[in-house]
Amino acid sequence: MKVALRELIRRPGRFATATAILTLIAILLMFLGGLLDGLIRASTGAVDAQDADALVFSESSQASFLRSRIEPDVRATIEAELGVDVGGLGVVLLGARVPGNGPRDLANVAVWGYELAPRRVPAPPAPGEAWADEILKADGVEIGMELLVGPARTPVTVAGWVENTSYNGQAGLWTDVDTWRGVLNANRPDAALADDVFQALVVRTVDADLASGAVPDAVEGLFDGSVVALSVSEAIDEIPGVTEQQGTFNQILGVTVVIALVVVALFFALLTVERTALYGVLKAVGARSRTIFAGLVLQAVIVTAVAATIAGVAVVLLDLVIPPGSIPLFISVGRIVSSVVLLLVAAILGCAFSLRRVLNVDPASALGSSQ
Amino acid sequence: MTDPSSAPALHMTDVRKTYRVGDDEVVALDHADLTVAADEIVALVGPSGSGKTTLCSIAGGILSATSGTVVVGGEEITHYNDRELTTFRQNQVGFVFQTVNLVPFLTARENLLVVDEMGRREGRPARDRADRLLHELGLSDRAKNLPGQLSGGQKQRVAIGRALMNEPELVLFDEPTSALDTELGAHVMELIRSEMKARGTSAIVVTHDERITEFCDRTVRITDGVLAA
Repeated sequence: MKVALRELIRRPGRFATATAILTLIAILLMFLGGLLDGLIRASTGAVDAQDADALVFSESSQASFLRSRIEPDVRATIEAELGVDVGGLGVVLLGARVPGNGPRDLANVAVWGYELAPRRVPAPPAPGEAWADEILKADGVEIGMELLVGPARTPVTVAGWVENTSYNGQAGLWTDVDTWRGVLNANRPDAALADDVFQALVVRTVDADLASGAVPDAVEGLFDGSVVALSVSEAIDEIPGVTEQQGTFNQILGVTVVIALVVVALFFALLTVERTALYGVLKAVGARSRTIFAGLVLQAVIVTAVAATIAGVAVVLLDLVIPPGSIPLFISVGRIVSSVVLLLVAAILGCAFSLRRVLNVDPASALGSSQ
Repeated sequence: MTDPSSAPALHMTDVRKTYRVGDDEVVALDHADLTVAADEIVALVGPSGSGKTTLCSIAGGILSATSGTVVVGGEEITHYNDRELTTFRQNQVGFVFQTVNLVPFLTARENLLVVDEMGRREGRPARDRADRLLHELGLSDRAKNLPGQLSGGQKQRVAIGRALMNEPELVLFDEPTSALDTELGAHVMELIRSEMKARGTSAIVVTHDERITEFCDRTVRITDGVLAA
């Protein structure tokens, strides 16, 4: 092990090419992962933020907020039968005029009306006001600014910022239910809702004698198939395009990891061929194959760790210089750590291709000829 | 197993080594009998392809004999498997190779310590032994030099030090002077003799250079795998 470490320290140039290539691969892996996370957040942040044991939609809506209608009697039944907290929820996707921007330079917003505060969102603001997702900063939105929402130019004033509450790629504007209903009815008369009618219900088991995971089934059991109750994660999967995005990106990430594995395998296979004579000498003086191979693995792990560290720093810096909202990039510690772990596993597996070659080195080769 | 202190350093009895080449059997070593006493330096002389390296490899536990008996320092290694032979090499024999073969990115001191790191892992005693060997070999001021910073003779001395690191019963020298000029070769052989005798360590010096034999206690000739005293 010490021999392998000393080679790394004294001959860093020998490993520079592999480190540089692995750094680029690590940056690609982390950046793509960040884009996936960013896209998923932009599509699902508002649903993911829901502090709910179940989200209830009407049966024919296919879990779409815009198609769903929940009548007041459904809400009353759930509250009465299950003893849970229930809040109305609705959304409308519109363009908003931002003061100072051109008339066609609209900010894409998802205006939410809510009664039970989601995570990351305070209690509903005063009528006519909204908590705005911070990605609206990229459109020039500021606190106190009055946005004119939709073709009806319904005024909504920004009261403060919230994070990670986008939906379908549009920034969340979180309002009380009356403000939301006013925006919806004025700008989407085809989808207008009467008072006390919501698109969905948020169900929470606060103080209720009901296990969290059992809530969706319990809600559906109250009705003859006229409502669909989903957990938050199920509701996220029902958002169009989410599963497809995850599948596509994960395949790209998988291929990237395989490329890293091949790079490590090729590099250390070449290094092993180059060192056959040296390994012969080491074996002749008593080195075991496992000791030599452990040295190779150690070098691969260190080279990969260095590359991943450089990449991690580079991606974090990249995230800092990219303005919020300009591209859907979200860099998290979890994503960086998982990328590093994947690369390390790839490095160890890549090294394994050199194991047979190390085992086959004949110590007799150190003594001129074996015959 | 006999008492190592009284046993010869090497006792080979009726040793044969054959290889299959296609349908043919090639005899590399044919019924060889060789005994090297403790403290004895034996020159093994023969032309290229005569089997001297094969004999050396079998004596050093790098190759296994096809038949016959091999005892080194009282330890019979004839039927050892690869793992046992590796442990044997860590503890009982030292090698000095034809092309020196020092690890190029390790200093002279580290090249000695590599024997310990790859084998016994003694730590402090091994470091002390390495320092003592470097001092005895006149390399104390070169301990931190990489092989690329050493002369041919200094490299050869480092290689001798490496061979002595595990305090072996037997040291095998494979053409130790072939890469050196006559004068330096003589100096190296004098050094080998003095170091071996000072430690009471036995040695086999493989060579095809007759001038080397004058530094050895005895000369054994080998031709076509057959030993002749």
